[in-house]
Amino acid sequence: MSAATLRWARGTLLLPLVSVLLGLAVGTVAVLLSGTSPADAYWALFQGAFTNTNAFAETLVATVPYVFLGLSVAVGFRAGLFNIGGAGQLFIGGIFAAFVGYRLGGLPTVVHLPLALLAGMLGGFLWGAIPGVLKARFGAHEVITTIMLNYVAALVVDLMVNKGPMSDPRTASPQTPPMLASAQLPIIVPDSRLHLGLLLALLALPVMWFLLERTTIGFRIRAVGLNASASRAAGISVGWTMVIVMGISGALAGLAGAVQVLGVSNVLTPSLSSGVAFDAIAVALLAGSNPYGVLPAALLFGALKSGASFMQLETQVSADLISVVQAAVIVFVAAPLLVRWLFRLRSAPAAPVSIAEGGLGQTPPREGVA
Amino acid sequence: MSGIQEWFQNADLVGLAASTLVAATPLVLAALGGVMSERSGVVNIALEGIMLTSAFAGFAVAFVLHSLALGLLAAVVSGMLIAALHAVLSIEFLVDQIVSGMVINILAVGVTGVFYRTLLQEGVRGPGTLPIWRIPVLSSIPVVGPILFQSAAVTYLMLVLVIVVHLVLFNTVWGLRTRACGEHPLAAETAGVNVKLVRYVNVISSGALGGLGGAYFTIQQIGQFLPNMTGGRGFIALAAMIFGKWTPIGAFGASLLFACADALGARLQYLGVRVPIQFLGMLPYILTIIVVAGAMGRAIAPAAVGRPYRKS
Repeated sequence: MSAATLRWARGTLLLPLVSVLLGLAVGTVAVLLSGTSPADAYWALFQGAFTNTNAFAETLVATVPYVFLGLSVAVGFRAGLFNIGGAGQLFIGGIFAAFVGYRLGGLPTVVHLPLALLAGMLGGFLWGAIPGVLKARFGAHEVITTIMLNYVAALVVDLMVNKGPMSDPRTASPQTPPMLASAQLPIIVPDSRLHLGLLLALLALPVMWFLLERTTIGFRIRAVGLNASASRAAGISVGWTMVIVMGISGALAGLAGAVQVLGVSNVLTPSLSSGVAFDAIAVALLAGSNPYGVLPAALLFGALKSGASFMQLETQVSADLISVVQAAVIVFVAAPLLVRWLFRLRSAPAAPVSIAEGGLGQTPPREGVA
Repeated sequence: MSGIQEWFQNADLVGLAASTLVAATPLVLAALGGVMSERSGVVNIALEGIMLTSAFAGFAVAFVLHSLALGLLAAVVSGMLIAALHAVLSIEFLVDQIVSGMVINILAVGVTGVFYRTLLQEGVRGPGTLPIWRIPVLSSIPVVGPILFQSAAVTYLMLVLVIVVHLVLFNTVWGLRTRACGEHPLAAETAGVNVKLVRYVNVISSGALGGLGGAYFTIQQIGQFLPNMTGGRGFIALAAMIFGKWTPIGAFGASLLFACADALGARLQYLGVRVPIQFLGMLPYILTIIVVAGAMGRAIAPAAVGRPYRKS
């Protein structure tokens, strides 16, 4: 391995890797405190995620929404926007996709399926653009507006499928009628739940990379993210860029919702992908600024998610443990200083690293700063 | 005239007001916490997670030690501990304050879930809930009496704390220092204020308030813990804080407004107004968005809020 590769690896991979390990360490503490053996818990987690073809297929199924949602949050980050509205955008995308999926009969699959997926993207785009407009026009902080819209979207879904206009009259459970066969994502691995959505997710990665790195809009997005005032001075319309970014971000989340409805659950229910959107924040943080980084991070979370139910079955440790691990991972990935501080403490009883900036006058000795 | 009187009686406005005040309790407490934290310059969106963990901690302690009072105390302490985590992460380690807050929210769901299932059996009931204390004489005042003077301890504490926080923030030296740290920390530091310390104390106090708000759910209201029982109220409390222009009294009023929108749901149904219940459920969230978009006057935050302060 060349020196340059090693340097790249150290710069890009070290922090996420260490953060994941530290996250697992925190999870270990939580498991210990709750009275179970961490070794048992983690072994069951691993078994549940990987050890046979069905488990692995399930892991991939769980990974798909994480890819879309991770990309969604990541593209927002590039523009300096914190889009926590993935859950709501996923719901609205799901509604649009489900509507096309069960209502528009008589269409060939090659038309129906893409139409449904596009509908999902449209729904998500609109739901994401709303906070974008509010931010661009009124300065409304997107963290609050997106969280609020999440709750509104959940209520809209409930309104639609709980004895509402989209609910299935043949059953009492709150859900839409099943998707027509021409709108379903085909299964690509027989005897499993693994569907075409996986290929779409894998496709989304290079598409997003291309969008961000090679197109004009991508340039604008990155410029606004790096320095909004300079971008404005250079003639880029910051407001419009924000709306577009939030729209794209929402479209990705909406696509996640559409793919779940059309490929996994076959109906729209209020519990669609619950919790995935929040976790996707961690995926985006782990991925850093490269869209391709979303894949390994999404795979990790997909594995955690699919292994968790097996772990809960086998060891009585709640599946919520993975939330603890995920939260810890976010902390460490978002706090490089914390990680450095921890390792200072562990490696040698040297003088504490001065975290304070230089300030007017002396520069403290920069020992061991990577 | 009697038709209107009848309508008033049927609408049970007094009952509505009373239940609004009670329902507003966690919102007000969390909003007060938000005010304290943000006034000193630290964004605290972890209030949702703080309330959830405190609700759990309070319940767990009350259950194990058979004492509601100790449970209440435990809730407050746990709120302070978690807020301390947020403070350390964002003040000391310069983690983005919003990321730090979100982390705590995610952590809260995870930790309470794990411990709920393993340490307590699901659905276990604790030693009941706080009794209603009727204040003698005052609670017999028509209209006002049943609303203000016939509640449980947490609601009473809430009413007192609104005034206390207001006095502290605007009538004490400490409050002045706090607000200085939120507006212009460098100037404050130059004037001799220990910005970091002030922020730490304020964030931990906001945790105490949030913890008390969490206690409302398990110790005052339901008597048992249900996963995710806070249901986003921590975020609505933040909206109330913004709506209230970062003042305790404003936050109190805004929380009442939001709680009223909730309580109105059942009443409107009773009065025969045919609105899908989900629309009413959306009201607090949509109101929040309208507020944050400044459609009800500009909501200007303390100038230096959200930015980590680096001592130079």
